[in-house]
Amino acid sequence: MNMETFFSVFPGLMEGAWLTVQLVGIAVLIGFAIALPVALLRVSENPLVRAGPYAYIFFFRGTPLLVQIFLVYYGLSQFEAVRDSFLWPVLREAYWCAIIAFSLNTAAYSAEILRGAIQAVPWGEVEAARAVGMSRALTYRRIILPRAFRICLPAYGNEVILMVKSSALASTITLLDLTGMARKIIAVNYQPVETFAAAGVIYLVMIFLFATFLRWLEKRLHANLSPPPGMPN
Amino acid sequence: MLQGFLPQLLSGLWVTVQLALAAVCVGLVMGILGAAMKLSPIAPVRWIAEVYTAIFRGLPELLTVLLVYFGGTVLLTAIVGDYVEVSAFGAGVAALGITFGAYATEVFRGAIIAIPKGQIEAAHAYGMSKLLTFRRVVLPQVWRIALPGLGNLFLVLMKDTALVSVVGLEDLMREADIASRYTKEPFTFYMAAAVMYLGLTVVSMAVLHRLEKRANRGQRRAAS
Repeated sequence: MNMETFFSVFPGLMEGAWLTVQLVGIAVLIGFAIALPVALLRVSENPLVRAGPYAYIFFFRGTPLLVQIFLVYYGLSQFEAVRDSFLWPVLREAYWCAIIAFSLNTAAYSAEILRGAIQAVPWGEVEAARAVGMSRALTYRRIILPRAFRICLPAYGNEVILMVKSSALASTITLLDLTGMARKIIAVNYQPVETFAAAGVIYLVMIFLFATFLRWLEKRLHANLSPPPGMPN
Repeated sequence: MLQGFLPQLLSGLWVTVQLALAAVCVGLVMGILGAAMKLSPIAPVRWIAEVYTAIFRGLPELLTVLLVYFGGTVLLTAIVGDYVEVSAFGAGVAALGITFGAYATEVFRGAIIAIPKGQIEAAHAYGMSKLLTFRRVVLPQVWRIALPGLGNLFLVLMKDTALVSVVGLEDLMREADIASRYTKEPFTFYMAAAVMYLGLTVVSMAVLHRLEKRANRGQRRAAS
């Protein structure tokens, strides 16, 4: 391995890394906004209400993300109605197509994680909330959801890490994210091993930093579970 | 149907299935080896396994595929001394197998740890060697405990096979690509591919369910 090449590609790759962070950040935010209502509908007692979210989750978890990206980026242009619509300036852009596909994908996985967490909230707490006269909405807002967020944090954190890795697929629709930038650089320097290895190092560092942040957050949110300061473990 | 492209899509589907099965075989071997190394009493052996799982669980699968495909050619050419090109299928099996192995290492490790210590002590008391204990007592039970985790990994692996189309393997994804370019109906063909992937997922889930049932026969559940 040529160490000189390995180090020389970092500045270019960092540009790509910034796009990766953007894509993941926006997709995770939108994805979560979609996942919350989907999860709430998914736990409904009415089978008709449950069916929609179930089908959505089934499709997006059962097919490869690559197919989903291509469906949005190449597929939608098949319909004239889409090409003539006001949405076309957005759907024509690879950037937004990637964000749409990533958001819908991560929303499906997150909704399932949230569902599990909502159902894991101890029933006694819900009964207690009812006993003190909280309405259903208030119970959700004050008891169930805050508890569910804490329960699902480790699993949700893993989902975000998977999203960082999946975001490499943006390079297949011409975007110059970290992987895309690496492929562009290789087209010029013909050094695939050094360049991909450098990109890999950046991915590993990004994931390591995020995982560290998660651990810190978990500790903070579960402060009630750790021994009080000054107490021996 | 599908403007005569159905046979191509189906032949692509067959390539996808072959790729997934070949990769899972490589991955299972890597996983067992990795787990055995992680539980080794020799520290450097453990470190190698730690580095392996840390790297390949952290790298995007697409990057691993690209690295193995392009890097493999460079590496093999350097070793053999003559130009060797890695096939897309070979690179796919290696890349997906290595990734599966990294995740499977953790699943196997957890399963091995979950086996009651008393059983291993009992085996030792009978005079079984370490290797024999592993083969006769530990390994047969590992399968049962690890199966649900491995099943999930397999479902992920099957979807990741689509990534190998990026380096030119004529799998389901690639055939859908070709057909959509030819007919100018991308939505139709990517959707057809999506439905076939869904079918694969459903079939795999059914097979996994049966395997789990078989592996758990004779087991008593705390609640079911």
